[in-house]
Amino acid sequence: MAQNKDIKFLTSPKIGIQKKKYCRFKKAGIKHVDYKDGDFLLKFINEQGKILPRRLTGNSLKFQRKVSTAVKRARHLSILPYVADLLK
Amino acid sequence: MLKQYETTVIVTPVLTDAELKQLISGYIDLLKNNGAEIVHEDFWGMRQLAYPIKKKTSGFYYAVEFKAENDVIDKLELAFRRDENILRFLSVKLDKFVAEFNDKKRNGLIGKKRKDSKSAETEKA
Repeated sequence: MAQNKDIKFLTSPKIGIQKKKYCRFKKAGIKHVDYKDGDFLLKFINEQGKILPRRLTGNSLKFQRKVSTAVKRARHLSILPYVADLLK
Repeated sequence: MLKQYETTVIVTPVLTDAELKQLISGYIDLLKNNGAEIVHEDFWGMRQLAYPIKKKTSGFYYAVEFKAENDVIDKLELAFRRDENILRFLSVKLDKFVAEFNDKKRNGLIGKKRKDSKSAETEKA
């Protein structure tokens, strides 16, 4: 019989397990998303500069709205670009 | 009733330091004459813009937090619109959460958390 060592999985068994998503704002207790610091907002937009949806960022609805207003204000003040390629 | 506002302004990079100081102090006096109380001023200096505004790719960023009546904002923004050195401005009303956040950030409470996360990352790296 193949011992445990010889069994080689094609894909690692951990891929299937879904990581429990949590809202980082509730966990860290952050109350307000500041539109002025761009590097924090970079986490919530993708390479083209679009705002990431909630299912990817895992934010709760209240903070996703705060993030989107902050990103829109940052775009107005050209801290973030409206359209970008390979932003990160 | 004095509400708390925060205005961020982008000034053209063409100005010399003297003109810049004079321009900014002009607006601060305008605020003070209308009975506003400056809570905090923040000068970020020259920064690259994410996209060119009025054919300029960099600008001086200036943010000021103040408590004022609501009609002061119209006067301030009217002056901004008239002045061609101002590329762009954005004034925002702050509720108590935001004001408290800004104060905490200034005292380094919020900053420290980020530093922790930075140090955490450096340990991991």
